[in-house]
Amino acid sequence: MIQQRVVFNNKVLPYLLIAPQVIITLVFFFWPASQALYQSVLQEDPFGLASTFVGLDNFIDIFTDEIYLNSLLTTGFFSISVTFSSMIVSLLLAVMANRVLWGGAIYKTLLIWPYAVATMIAGVLWFFLFNSTAGIIAYFLRVMEYDWNHALNTGQAMFLVIFASAWRQISYNFIFFLAGLHSIPPSLIEASAIDGASPFKRFWTIVFPLLSPTSFFLIVVNVVYSFFETFGVVHAITGGGPDYATNILVFKVYHDGVLGLDIGSSAAQSVILMSIVIFLTVIQFRYIERKVHY
Amino acid sequence: MIHNRPWLSFLTHSILILGILILVFPIYVTFVASTRSVDSILASPMPLWPGMELVKNYLAALAGPSKSVGVSVGQMMLNSLIMALGIALGKITISLMAAYAFVYFNFRFRNLFFWMIFVTLMLPVEVRILPTYEVVAKLGMLNTHVGLILPLIASATATFLFRQFFMTIPNELCEAARVDGAGPYRFFIDILVPMSRTSIAALFVILFIYGWNQYLWPLLITTDEGYYTMLIGIKRMLDVGEGQIEWNLVMASTILAIIPPVFVVVYMQNLFVKGLTETEK
Repeated sequence: MIQQRVVFNNKVLPYLLIAPQVIITLVFFFWPASQALYQSVLQEDPFGLASTFVGLDNFIDIFTDEIYLNSLLTTGFFSISVTFSSMIVSLLLAVMANRVLWGGAIYKTLLIWPYAVATMIAGVLWFFLFNSTAGIIAYFLRVMEYDWNHALNTGQAMFLVIFASAWRQISYNFIFFLAGLHSIPPSLIEASAIDGASPFKRFWTIVFPLLSPTSFFLIVVNVVYSFFETFGVVHAITGGGPDYATNILVFKVYHDGVLGLDIGSSAAQSVILMSIVIFLTVIQFRYIERKVHY
Repeated sequence: MIHNRPWLSFLTHSILILGILILVFPIYVTFVASTRSVDSILASPMPLWPGMELVKNYLAALAGPSKSVGVSVGQMMLNSLIMALGIALGKITISLMAAYAFVYFNFRFRNLFFWMIFVTLMLPVEVRILPTYEVVAKLGMLNTHVGLILPLIASATATFLFRQFFMTIPNELCEAARVDGAGPYRFFIDILVPMSRTSIAALFVILFIYGWNQYLWPLLITTDEGYYTMLIGIKRMLDVGEGQIEWNLVMASTILAIIPPVFVVVYMQNLFVKGLTETEK
């Protein structure tokens, strides 16, 4: 921390100033986080009356549980699919929006607003369109004799949650890609154009490499997004089913802890999730100095 | 020089328009459904132009408790608004104060407190959701607005943003204020806070949307219908089991749930983009 700035010499005031944040952090962050660590090594009886120390048994149970391993794979596949499909679409749109000479502001506004739509609402919107009784898209699929039923077909359920999650994230990625594109000096593009490079060549040899800090930052953010915030999409569309096909980790923690009341296992799962997030955050902080500017 | 390629311009506009259509289409269909009766929504396919029941559906949603949720959408919107404003204003207030202390004061354990707040950046609330639930239950805050708000305020992003900003303010300004006889309170209220107003506004936009769109946390701690937020209410309306979903009311509620945050994004677009790219969430 930079220390040069100290100006006021007041003994009590600084503690009063940080007190609200420190208290909230202690009560709603450190207390629960330590509880999770503590409970993850305990086994509670079904009535919640007594608990015994079981060491790493909860973790061993989890990593030998087929449903959990399946959930881990599902989450991996899900988050990679969401991240890349959303980023590719956003990059295409950002490059195009950066090209237009007129109407740029209107395009931008129209592409940005879906950020305000909650993930759960995104789930409801697409659930409605693909719903077998009321859905328009489901109807047209039926007309084309394609059998759509995401309540039974595991592949279709997975496709739908990926689609809705990626759809919601397009605006976010678009904003950051556009910011990245604005920060590329026009003289570089101009110079390569004079040297005779076509628009496609200019993109792949100059624009795309210069966007790599933005892309890297977005990969981390999107993976974190698809790990946690997509709970709303899954809860609204599939409820983890059919046959655990969309049972992503955060949904499983919720399901086991809230509905299954298996506190020990749920806490251990939380601890594993925490390790994953800390790992991702550390990666992100290593690259934080390359932060993009709009 | 860069050539003008007409076909490429055409392609550019086509792709952009296609992208916008993909983003707008589900909202448009939802809006159409919110202006129709349940029967016409279920008459597959539902016609893709607005029906005649707009006023009826929205009034029914806003005023009355629906069959599946014993509370009106009006009440749920109020709960969402309280939650969004509480999170935005609460977080901004405690962060401004903490950042002020970190930048302008020297005190024992300053680094310890700094790191304590810093580590909260690491873990989103979804990760520690159940233990947080237990803590809130022990404090008797289930089914309260305070319980909805406080756990989501425990995060360091805003504190860091303000700290960064305060460190860019020249020392001379503070010296001048002191020479003119301003104490720490006066300097904070009359100089620092007004100077930070753009950052405050940008942060407010981001946090308002964040608060309005919370789902997992209110889902856990609200069992009393009187405290349902919009998103929870919509989910309950969809969970009718064997019965027929009241699609017209669900869709009207969905549109009502989208309007406030979209309004904020569109009308404060520059602040929103600034807030988003500066806090990186």
